[in-house]
This record gives sequence, structure tokens and C-alpha cells, in this order.
Amino acid sequence: MIGLGAWLLRRLAQAAGVVVLMTLIVFVGLHAIGNPVDILIGDDLNQQERLQAIQRLGLDQPLWRQYLAFVDGALHGNLGKSFVYQEDAIRLILHRLPATLELALAALLLAVAVGVPLGLYAGMKPEHPLSKALMAMSIVGFSLPAFWVALMFIMVFSVQLGWLPASGRGETRALLGVQWSWLTLDGLQHLVLPAFNLALFKMSLVLRLTRAGVREVLPQDFVKFARAKGLTPARVVLMHVLRNTLIPLVTVLGLELGATIAYAVVTETIFAWPGAGKLILDSINSLDRPVVVAYLMVVVVIFVALNLVVDLLYKLLDPRVRLEGAR
Amino acid sequence: MMARKTFDEHSIWWRVGADFLQSRVAVAGLVLLGLVVLAALAAPWITPQNPYDLMQLDVLDARLKPGTPSSAAGYTYWLGTDGQGRDLYSAIVYGLRISLLVGIGSALIAAVLGTGVGLLAAYAGGKVDALLMRLVDLLLSFPTILMALMILAYVGKGVGNVVLTLVLLEWAYYARTARGQALVETRREYVEAARGQGIPRWRILSGHILPNCLPPLLVIGALQIARAITLEATLSFLGLGVPITEPSLGLLISNGYQYLLSNEYWISFYPGVALLATIVAINLVGDQLRDVLNPRLQK
Amino acid sequence: MSAEEVPTLDVRNLQTRFHTRAGVLPVVDGVSFKLHRGQVLGLVGESGSGKSVTGFSIMGLVDPPGRVEGGQVLFQGRDLLQLSNAERRALRGNRIAMIFQDPMATLNPVLRVDTQMIEAVQAHRRVSTVAARAQAADALALMGIPSPAERLRAYPHQLSGGMRQRVAIAIALLHGPDLLIADEPTTALDVTIQAQILSEMQKLVAERGTSLIWISHDLSVVAGLADQIAVMYAGRIVEHGTVDQVLDQPLHPYTQGLIGSLPSANSKTGRHGARLRQIPGMAPNLLQMPAGCAFAPRCARASAACATMPELASTPLDAPDHQVRCFHPGPALATTAATA
Repeated sequence: MIGLGAWLLRRLAQAAGVVVLMTLIVFVGLHAIGNPVDILIGDDLNQQERLQAIQRLGLDQPLWRQYLAFVDGALHGNLGKSFVYQEDAIRLILHRLPATLELALAALLLAVAVGVPLGLYAGMKPEHPLSKALMAMSIVGFSLPAFWVALMFIMVFSVQLGWLPASGRGETRALLGVQWSWLTLDGLQHLVLPAFNLALFKMSLVLRLTRAGVREVLPQDFVKFARAKGLTPARVVLMHVLRNTLIPLVTVLGLELGATIAYAVVTETIFAWPGAGKLILDSINSLDRPVVVAYLMVVVVIFVALNLVVDLLYKLLDPRVRLEGAR
Repeated sequence: MMARKTFDEHSIWWRVGADFLQSRVAVAGLVLLGLVVLAALAAPWITPQNPYDLMQLDVLDARLKPGTPSSAAGYTYWLGTDGQGRDLYSAIVYGLRISLLVGIGSALIAAVLGTGVGLLAAYAGGKVDALLMRLVDLLLSFPTILMALMILAYVGKGVGNVVLTLVLLEWAYYARTARGQALVETRREYVEAARGQGIPRWRILSGHILPNCLPPLLVIGALQIARAITLEATLSFLGLGVPITEPSLGLLISNGYQYLLSNEYWISFYPGVALLATIVAINLVGDQLRDVLNPRLQK
Repeated sequence: MSAEEVPTLDVRNLQTRFHTRAGVLPVVDGVSFKLHRGQVLGLVGESGSGKSVTGFSIMGLVDPPGRVEGGQVLFQGRDLLQLSNAERRALRGNRIAMIFQDPMATLNPVLRVDTQMIEAVQAHRRVSTVAARAQAADALALMGIPSPAERLRAYPHQLSGGMRQRVAIAIALLHGPDLLIADEPTTALDVTIQAQILSEMQKLVAERGTSLIWISHDLSVVAGLADQIAVMYAGRIVEHGTVDQVLDQPLHPYTQGLIGSLPSANSKTGRHGARLRQIPGMAPNLLQMPAGCAFAPRCARASAACATMPELASTPLDAPDHQVRCFHPGPALATTAATA
């Protein structure tokens, strides 16, 4: 296990490096976007007040000094105050992050629960008309423009059928100090449409990936040998085929979680889901720089962490990789 | 008895084409795509109205149901009108133009750029290769939509800017594929043989390696076009893409959002269908291309 | 071994075809043989001759686009092809077992050895996991594997090739099958390990009376082990007889070609240092088979008669149980025959 520990340390160091690099890029990039002063303060202030405002926000300092101040603040957990909300940017984001996480996780769960069994079937019986239908549907599934589907969902389920609410998060209940909506019935109702919308694309992806994985595993000798041993078909499929298919799939899914969190921006906007995604869109439009920077930092950290977890998971699940040094 | 050529004797492109046509679904996709492209090209001739010409719009005709005849101009709004009185059918056809232009244009530019970088990395090797690929990996590991939002916030709206954004985000895919394929090819025997004959490296690159890189690039290209079109639509929907006077499909859908709750669904519905049809067609073609070209790569 | 005793395996005119987009391939085209208790059959042929698929057909493990389409496979009198899936499954791994060529591919790389052995035990006997593991450890010990308890906890990639194959054989023999089909089990192993496994198999067959079908492309491997040899070409048996008959007096030109290309055979016939003989031409394409004898395009003796399919029959050249499918059977021609 020593080898694993050393590997972990190395990866963590790498991860830290990536985060630092990202902050630099983000900071510089954002600076170039524009001067937020003009947006916030408006034209009807005179020159004097304008200068004062600039000084107050620290925008008159040279860029490198601003960056150092930023880093200094970051190390102390302070990523600046939002220009718009006058609150700590990081606190703003962390307050809204659980909603986004909830949405992303629900979507991923849905995608797996639907995609894996269907993909398994399509992989084991590729010539069956149902399999072909599933593959055709999966192409439509990942061709669908998510934002349009969201609108159609709202139209059908909210406006015409009136079954599900069209926006908002509904009631929440606290668990571990954080507010979650899946713990209440009303919250669940609000969660269904946006989660499904976000899941559609992933569902198709998972279906196709599972099918491809199954088709790769199925002709291998050990599957035949398992059948030669006289094992029941159920055991052959679950213990041998599915298990070997899922190991690489899990790693892909882990990375997809990151992409789902990012893509939640669109879904949150349409369903008025109060998550971090909506916040970032508004912040970009209003040039609320600290919030944008803080959000990007958080996203980078999440991505890097996910990458790390996924790599670790793969090492743990696949004994060939894990025991490389243990011969 | 051997008057016609056997399968294997035809050129590789003929064989690829023949294999491609095996799938009825893919052929359907190709036909659909052809129709879409034709419609987009023929837009001025097949539509009764130019939706970008504000003079031709009659705001009194706004939000009319599909099938309503227009009050002044003497034609029927087959798909209804939007909030500004635009004939939805015309707007969709012209919107397709933008979608296709942006999608294919950005893919082409990104492909050329990315392939160039990828081949350069493979050719140069060593530190240059490592550096370029680090850059590529970094770019690809970050969520596309967020990057797009930020770039557009900087450069502003407009079709050209959207294309720029897409190119910046897409070239990395081509670079990675081209480099990977080039490295595989350089290890093949025919390259050794060519080098042994004293053919200069750049000529080997362009004459031998590049053509062999084309299949996977083609596959990626097809799927990237679909992604680019979707991304442009999403960005326009969010208000960061094309200007409001020349709406693309995404913007049309966005415009229709506010009327959904009053059940005037067609403004968002039909543009979406058109968008979906286009993307499905491209994906069907790209999918079959991938199935057809991949086993060939292993031969 | 009386003549009235029901043979362990009686394959009659087995036909298995593969339905591909390019056409229908008659991979196993009318194969028949009998195997009694404790007998060893060496099934020999090139790759593509249909020998492996014959083994799969007997086990009921032919995957689409292949399908067993004709004939009978009588195992102790019961036709396996007529059984239901559940009945076949009850026999597989229990009374009939099979081992494959590449032991690394045979064992599931992500599961431990004990998992894979315990599930084989529990597939046919209702025993506790503890009892199953004990049985597995015993089976490994019987195969001469040292410290079996440790090996059980290992993953396949942690074992050597020979060890893995022994594990696979141990699994196959867990329930004391009456028939074991071995598909090129030593091809992927070192020559020394090969010899070990061969001798172990010999012992097993002698001790337990298991019937064994040893599928191989290498005549020399089965020479020491087999009682009967059947040579396959393009889906059909072209020569069949006892091991002595086939090796000492091969009658089919293809068999002669196989023997002639063996270095050891040359020393037997006193042709030390002479050039190795190769069979000219390429393996047959099952899609473009000639109407008559499949070997004719590569045969030095081919004549107009060979345009019709010869039957597998005995000849006056040797005993009646030595059968050959050829219009021109006979001893190898003089050194003017095929050269490298």
C-alpha cells in the first residue's frame, strides 16, 4: 500500500498545481473582460466619486498586486466580496452549491438507473428489434437540445397537464446542516423535471457506453468459461459480464458528474432552480467579477477532486492495476 | 466471369461509401441532412418573407397560430408567427442557415487548426509535444459551457464571435486525435520504408500520414458539428450568441419562452423540432461513419 | 470395454454453420466419432478447420452467428442437442467440462481465484461457501499446486501461465466429469510446462476413467497421449484411426503433410537434415469451397475424380477402423513430393 500512498501524494501535488494555474488564468482572463465599475456605478457619478469607488474595490492597483491580494485572500478563505450582493463571494456560492449538487446527482442517478440496464440488454441482444430501437432512441436522446426539451417539459407537464411545477425548488429540509429538497415531497416534485431534463443526455450516453462495454466483454473467453462451468445465465451476466463492463464505466461516470454540474447552468436558468449555475450566469452578465472567480475556483477544485477520486476508484476496483507492485 | 471489380478492388472511398450505405438509418440521416442543407441554401427562394428585414414584419401579426393567413402580405403563416410578427417558417429556414454556417464553419476552421497543431506535436516530439498536449488536456478538461460563457462575455455578441468561441473550444479535440493517429502511423512499416528511401519528413507527413489521419478526424468532425450547432443554439438561447435582429434557432426558442405559459407553444416548438432534426441527422451520419471507418483503422 | 457398452460420447454427423453477412460458413460439416470410457481422442487440424467449434458444439457453447444445425451428440446415450437449456447447464461443468487455450483469458481478471472456483462448486452442489472453498483447495492440491489456500486468495494475473491453466483444469475436474474437452490447453504455455500438464492429464485419464478430447494443431503434442486421432480439414474429418495407424501409416495427403512438416518426424524416417516439407497453398476459405474434395487445390495427387466429395471410408491398405476421406489414399510419395 506504500505505492498507493506515494501515488496519492504525487497526484495531490499535481492537483494543487492545476488549481493554482487555473486561478491565474481565470484572474487574468476576467480582468480583460471589462471594467465592472462602469456597470455598477453608472454614468451619473462625477469623476471624484468614480475614483473613490474604484479605490474602494481595489481596482486601481496594478494587476499583479490585485492578484497577490487575491491569493492572499484565498488562502484565508476570502475570495472577495460580490459587487452585486455585497456578500462574501465564496459564501454566496457555497450557499447555493447544494442545490446544484442535488440536481446533478439526481440526474446522474437517473441516467445510470435507466441507462445501464437498457444498455446491458442492447449489448447482449444486439439484433433484437428492441435493441435497435433503443440505439435509435439514444441517438435522438443525445441530439436533443437540452434547453428546448426543458421548455417542452414545462409545456407538457406543467402548463397542459399541470402535474409538476415549472420552476423553483420547493420545500427543503435540513440534513447535516444543509438544506435539501429531496427530503420533502414538494421538493421532490420540483426536482423531477429539471433532473430528468439534465439526465436525458447522460442517459443516452450511459446506454451507449454500457452497450459498447458489454459487446467488448461478451466474446471474451472467461465469459464462455463461466458458461462452461454450468453457471446460471443470471450469474454469468451479473457477476462476469456486468461487473467487468462497469469498472471502466464508473470512471467515465465520475467525470461526467463534473460535466453535469457545469451544464446545470442552462437547466437552472430555465427552471429557476436556485443553484450555483444560475448565479454564475447572472454574475457573468453583470460582470460581478469576484463571484465569477470564486465560482470558477470552486468548479476547478471540484473537477480536480473528481479526477482524483475517479483515478483512485479505478485503482481500487481493478485488481490488475492495484496490485501492480505487489508481485 | 470477372468483368466487374470485386469489393476489395475498389478504392477505399468507394468501399467506405458502400459500407456506409448498408445502414438504412444512416442513409435516412444523410437524406434528411441533405434536405436541411438544401433548404438553408435555397432560403430566399423558398420562403415568403425575409425574417431579418424589419420592414417586412408586421407587428400586428404577432403570435398568430399556425395556419393563419397574414393580414397584409397574402401568404399563410404555416407555422405561425413569433412575438415580433415574424413568419416562423421563414425564420426557421433562415435560422438553419446560421446554425449550419456556424456549426460547419467553426468545425472546419477548428479542424484545420487542430490538425495542424496535432501533426506539429507529433512531428516535433519531445518538449514541444509535451507542452502542446498539456495545453490540449487542460483545455479539454474544463467544462465547455463555462468557457464559452466567459469568452463570449469578453468578445461580445455576434455570429463571428460565436464562431471564434467555438473554434477556440474545439480545436483541441482535433489536435489530440491528429497527434494520436500520427504517432500510430509513424510507427507503421511503410513510414520506415519511406524514410529508408530518403523521402523528407514533411513529405511523409503530408503525403502519407495526413491521409491516414483523415478517417478519425472525419468522424470527430461530424460529431463536433452537431455539438457546435447545439452549443450555438444554447448560447443564443441564453442571450449570448447572435444579435436579436438575426435570430438563430436558439434565439427563436428563447423568444418563445415567455409565451409558453399562455399556451402559445409553437414559437418555441417548431424551431426546436428543426434544430433536433438537423442534429439527429448529423449524429446519424457521424455514427455510421464511425462504425464504418473504425474497423478499417485496425486493418 | 465391451462392444455393447454405451460410448461416453457418440457424435453423429454434427453440422454447425455460421450465418455471416458474407455468406453461410459450414464450419463443422458432418463430423462423426465415438469415444469410450477412458479413451483419448486427438482432434487435429489447422486454425479454421472447425476443431474448436466442434468442441463448442458438443458443449452447447456456440455463439451467434453460429448455430448447430444438424446431427446428434449422444452423451452416454442422451442427445445433447435435444436437451433444454437447463438440462444442458446441469451437465456443463458437472459431467462434461471444457478448458480453453489461453488461461489468462479463461479466468475473469477482476475476480479472485476462490470466487471463481466456489461458484463452480456451488453451481452443481448445495454446499456452504466454507465447504466449497475447502473443496476448491483440495482440487488445487490434487493438481500439484503448492500452498493452495494462498493461491485461492490470489487474482489470476498474479499466477504464472502454467499455474493458471492448472487452476482451470482443477475447476473443470471439480465434479469429476465423464468427458473433458481440452481446446489447445498447452499452446500458450512453455514447452516444459506443456510436458508437465500433458503427463498430469495422462494420469487423470488413467485414474478416473475420464474421456478426453484433446484439440490441437500440433500432432506431436497428442502423439503421446491419444488413443485415437481424427484429422480435420475445412470442417470435415479427413482421416481417423488409432494413434499408431495415423502416425505410422498416414493415408491422407494432408495428414502426411502435417507429419512431414514436423522436425521430429523427419528423424523418425531417417531424413535428418533434410528440408522440412511444407504444405503448399493457403488455408481454405469456407466461403469459396470447391465442389469436391476441399484439399484438392493443395494436393499433389489431385485428379479429375477429386471434383466430387470423397466419403470417409476404410481402405484395403490398412485395418477397417482406419478411415480416410480421399480418392487417392496411400503412403507418402517419394521425395519428389511437395518441397518447401
